[in-house]
Amino acid sequence: MSGYVSTRGFRLTRSSWRSLGAGLDRYAGAVFILPAVIVILGFSIFPLLASLYVSLTRLQFAAGGVELKFVGFNNYAKLLVGIDHEHFLGLAGPLNPVSIVVLAAGYGLLGWLLYRYVRSASRTPGGLIGRLVVVLGAGVLLWLVVSTVMTSGRPGTVVVTLVYVGVDVSVQYLLGLGLALLVVQHLPGRRFFRVVFLLPMMITPVGVAYLFQMLTNTSIGPLYPLWVRLGLTDVSWVTNPWGARLAVMIGDVWQWTPFIFIILLAAIESLPHELVEAAVVDGANRWQIFWRVTFPLILPASSTVVLIRLIEGFKIVDLPNVLTNGGPGTATESLTLHAYTIWRALDIGGSAAVAYMLLIVVTFVGVSYVNLFRRRVTAMA
Amino acid sequence: MSRLLARALVLVVGVAVIAACSSGSPTSGGKQFSGVTVRVVTFTGPQIAEPLQRRAPDFEKISGAKVEVITVPFSDLYQKILTDFATKTNSYDAMVFDPQWMGDYVPPGYLEDLTDRVQNDSSLQWNDIAPFFRDFSATFKGKVYTIPLDGDFQMVYYRTDLLKKDGLQPPKTWDDYISIAQHFQGKDLNGDGKADYGSCLAMKRSAQSYWMYLSIASAYLQSQGTKQGAFFDTNNMQPLFNNPGALAALNVYKTLSKLGPPDQLNNDVGNSRGFFTSGRCALSLDWGDIGTLAIDKSQSTVADKVGAVILPGSKQVLDRSSGQLVDCNPTLCPYATDGVNHSPFAAFGGWSGAINKASAAKTKDAAFAFLSYMSAPAQSNVDVTIGKTGFNPYRSSQFNSLDNWTKAGMSTQAANDYLGAIKASLQSPNMVLDLRIPQTAYYQQTSLDTNLANFLAGQQTAEQTMAKITAEWNAKTDELGRSSQLDTYKASLSVTK
Repeated sequence: MSGYVSTRGFRLTRSSWRSLGAGLDRYAGAVFILPAVIVILGFSIFPLLASLYVSLTRLQFAAGGVELKFVGFNNYAKLLVGIDHEHFLGLAGPLNPVSIVVLAAGYGLLGWLLYRYVRSASRTPGGLIGRLVVVLGAGVLLWLVVSTVMTSGRPGTVVVTLVYVGVDVSVQYLLGLGLALLVVQHLPGRRFFRVVFLLPMMITPVGVAYLFQMLTNTSIGPLYPLWVRLGLTDVSWVTNPWGARLAVMIGDVWQWTPFIFIILLAAIESLPHELVEAAVVDGANRWQIFWRVTFPLILPASSTVVLIRLIEGFKIVDLPNVLTNGGPGTATESLTLHAYTIWRALDIGGSAAVAYMLLIVVTFVGVSYVNLFRRRVTAMA
Repeated sequence: MSRLLARALVLVVGVAVIAACSSGSPTSGGKQFSGVTVRVVTFTGPQIAEPLQRRAPDFEKISGAKVEVITVPFSDLYQKILTDFATKTNSYDAMVFDPQWMGDYVPPGYLEDLTDRVQNDSSLQWNDIAPFFRDFSATFKGKVYTIPLDGDFQMVYYRTDLLKKDGLQPPKTWDDYISIAQHFQGKDLNGDGKADYGSCLAMKRSAQSYWMYLSIASAYLQSQGTKQGAFFDTNNMQPLFNNPGALAALNVYKTLSKLGPPDQLNNDVGNSRGFFTSGRCALSLDWGDIGTLAIDKSQSTVADKVGAVILPGSKQVLDRSSGQLVDCNPTLCPYATDGVNHSPFAAFGGWSGAINKASAAKTKDAAFAFLSYMSAPAQSNVDVTIGKTGFNPYRSSQFNSLDNWTKAGMSTQAANDYLGAIKASLQSPNMVLDLRIPQTAYYQQTSLDTNLANFLAGQQTAEQTMAKITAEWNAKTDELGRSSQLDTYKASLSVTK
C-alpha cells in the first residue's frame, strides 16, 4: 500500500520534475536575457520616460526643496509658437527670388522622388506611408532652413544645428575620403602622415575650441602677423554671425575628418587587389577605377561612418560653447547648447523639451537615412 | 599565471588606495577645528578663488580646519549651488556667490542665519563694513545671511596721460564717453606702432557683460533716488526695458561695440581688463578691479596713468509719467549735478560668503570662522589692494586710510581718485541697486544677456530687443506670481508702502 503510494508519488514527482525542467528550458532564454533587459530599462528607457515627464513640468521651489508642477505641453508650445520660437525655430524673412528657386527645386525633387516610388513596381503601403512622412518632414525642415538662412530672417537653433550637421558631415566625408585615397598611394612619409592625420581626433573638443579661439582672434592671436599681411586686423570672425558659425564648422571639420579618414582608409586597404588589377588590364583609367570599382565597394563603410557622424554631429555642444558661448547673439547655438543654456537658468522642463525635440529630429534624420539610403547601398554591395 | 598577476595587481592597488586615504585623514592637533573640512564653492576665477585658495593654508595653521575651494564657471554657479541644496546633496559647506541669488536661496531655508554670529564676532569688525554692503549685500528681509568679501560698483576708467595730452576732460555723460572713444579709436595708445582702441568693454555672451548695459541704462532710467528702482515699475512690476530711455542706452551700447577691439563681442571682463592694462584702450567700464590691476607692474604698462570717475550720466532721463525722454529739471532729477543725472550702479553687489544650513554644526562654525577670517581687516585690507584677487574695497577703514593703497604701489593721487569714484557712488542717493528677486538669474543672465547679445550681433533690432526682453520678463513674472515678485522687488529697494 505504502509502496504503491510511494511509487506513484515518485512517478508524479518525476513527471512534474520533467515538465518543470521543460518549463525552465522554455524560460531559460528569457532569464538569461533578463539582466540585460533590466540594465537597459534602468539606464536608458527609464531616463527617457522620466525626461519625457520632466519636459511636461515646470520646476518650482518649495520650502526645503523643489517640486515639479505638471504643465502639459506648455514647454513645447513655448518652443514652437510661444516666446521661445524665435530662439528655437528662428525668424522667417520674406522670401526672395533665390530662396523661391531653391524651395521650388527642393520641393520638386521631393515630389519627383515620391512620384517615382509611386510608379515603381516595388511599392508597398508601408513604404508609401514612410516616404510620405519623410517627404513631409524634409519639406518642413527645408522650408525652415531656406526661409531663415536665405532671407533677411535669422536661423534658430534647429536650423543652425542642421547647417552644422549638413556642412560638417559632407566636408568631413570629402576630405576624409581624399586623405584616405592619398595615404593608400605609395607616397614617401605616408606612415607618418597616417598618424598625424589622426591627431585632431585625440584632442578634447574643449581644447580644440580654445585652439580655434586663439587662431580666429585677429588682434592678439598667434596668426596676428598673417592677419596684418592680409590687412584683416580689424575684421573679426566672431562678431559676424556667419563668420562665427564658419569658425565652429572649421573646428568641427578639423577635429572629426580623421574619424572618417581612418574608417575609409581601413575600407580601402581591405579591398581585394584583383578587382583593381582586372580593371587596369581592361584599360580603365584612374577615375574609372575609383568611380566604378573603389567607390562602390567602400559605399557600405561610407554609409555607416556617415550615419555615425550624422548622429554625433547633431549633439555638437562643446565647440560653440567654449569658442563663442553660443554668440554673437544666439548665432552659433546648437540644440544641445540651447538646452544647456536654459537648464542653467533652472528651466529644467524647457530644457528637457528642447532635448526631446532634438531626439525627434535626430531620429527622423537617422531613420530616413537608414531606410532610404543605407539599406539600398548595403543591398547593392 | 596571468590571473595570479591580476589578483596581485588588484591587491596592490587596493592597499595603495587605503594607504592614500588614511594618510589624507586628519591627524589630531590641539586646535579648535582640527579634523574639520570646509568645502567652499565659488567661480573659476582666477579672481575671487585666488585669495580663498591662497589664504586657506594660513587659516588651517591657525584653526586646524582644512578648507577645500571648489570652483565652477560663473554661468554654472547659480544653478550648481541651487541643485546641490535642492537635491540635498549638500556637497558645499560654504559658498562665495552673488548676493542677488539670496532671493532664491533664502526662502526655502538653505542658508544659515548669521545675524547673531556677525554681531558676536569681534575680529570680524562688522560695523567697519560700509552700511550699504551690510544692509544690501549681506541682509535679506532683515536677517544677515552673508559676509561681504568684496564691494562692487561699476565705474569708468580713463587714461590720464592721453586725456591730458589732448586736453580732454573725463566723461561726465555717455555722449562724452562716446566722443572720447571716437577720438582715440584707431590711434596708437601705447607706443608699439599698432592701432589701438577708444573703449574696451566686456560684451561676450554668458559672461558678465549685461551689467555693462545696465550701467549705461541706469543713467536714463532712474533719477529720483534709489527707491525708484531701475528694473521694474514699483506699481505694477512692468519691466523698464521698452521705453525711449532704454532705447537711448541700447544705442550707446551699440555705438560702443564698434569703438573697441574687433573681437569685442567675444571679450569677457578678463579680456577687456587685459586690453586696458596693456595700454591698448583709452577708456573702459568695469568694477573696481582695473584700479588695482593697473598697479600690478608684472602685467600692467599703465601704472599711474589710470584715472577713475563715477559712472557717466545723462542730461535726459525717462519721465515715468509721460513715458518720454525729457531734459533733466530739478523735480525730475533732484540729485543731478550740472544738469547731469548720475545713477551709479551697484552691479552685482559684491562677492559674499554664506553657509549651508544643512552642514554639521562644527563645520558651520569652521566655515563661519573662515569667512570671518577672510573678511577681517587684517586680511581683507591687503587683498582689496591686489588686482588679481577680484576683491574691491567695502570697509570704511579701506576707504579712509590711504596707507594700504600707497603700500601696494598706487600714488596718492591715483588712490584718491580711485577711492573717490567708489565713495561718490556709495554715497549717491540715486545709487541703483541690482535686481534681487526670485529667479534673478533667469531675468538677467538668461533673458537680458541673450537679447543683448542678439542685439549687438545685429540679429535683432533695438525695438525687437526691447519688446522681447519685456515679453520674456513679463512671462516669467506671471509664471512666478506678479504680486509676490513685486513685493520682493519693493522689499529689495526698501520700499515699505
